[in-house]
Amino acid sequence: MAEKEKVTIVVFSGELDKALASFNIANTAASMGMDVTMFFTFWGMNVIKKNRGRLKSKGLMRKMLNWMNRGGSQRLPLSKFHMFGLGTWMMKKLMGEVRMPSLEDSIALAKRLGVKFVACTTTIGTMGLAEDAFIPEVDSFAGAATFLGEARKGTVNLFI
Amino acid sequence: MKADAVLDCIGLYCPMPIIETTDKIGEMKVGQVLEVLADDRGIMTDMPAWCESVGHEFLGGEEKDGEYRVYVRKRVVS
Repeated sequence: MAEKEKVTIVVFSGELDKALASFNIANTAASMGMDVTMFFTFWGMNVIKKNRGRLKSKGLMRKMLNWMNRGGSQRLPLSKFHMFGLGTWMMKKLMGEVRMPSLEDSIALAKRLGVKFVACTTTIGTMGLAEDAFIPEVDSFAGAATFLGEARKGTVNLFI
Repeated sequence: MKADAVLDCIGLYCPMPIIETTDKIGEMKVGQVLEVLADDRGIMTDMPAWCESVGHEFLGGEEKDGEYRVYVRKRVVS
């Protein structure tokens, strides 16, 4: 059998709508028999942060950053019409009405379909986070060379 | 068309009918036909694209009163 086609998605954004779009493509690609890797970096790291617990970091600036940028799949705002949470709450309600999977469901589905999650070590270092700030679904922690090594073999490479 | 199994995806939007089809067809035998019922019109182009990609045979589809029925013959083990 021919080698599977490879798809890479860089999830740079930490907003609910962009995360959902990323997972919709990732999960569909995986269901089409493609080998999918999602690279989470910068604000996109918020998608894979644990929802519970306090983020531990050292230094005033990093503590402030991680307080303001708490992240976690349940806390992501919409990129438009967040309206202090009201817009996002309404969007989640509308999505529920048409039985769209939630972001948490999409993450679980991605793992079931074999999508690989790679988290960016540079972001972890810059923001002063620990690896245990992230959900256990993350397969590995790596950098740009890992992404490029995969992307050069990819037939579909996206940056969201 | 006579189908061996029917998958009801009424009320589901892209990509859920495709994801559910992936699961359902995984349980079926090669040569069997799956009928997928949906009301998201995207199914009419998404299903043949999925079939071509995975290696199954798209047997066609029909629309009636906003509901779509598409037929897939399982061709490969997936």
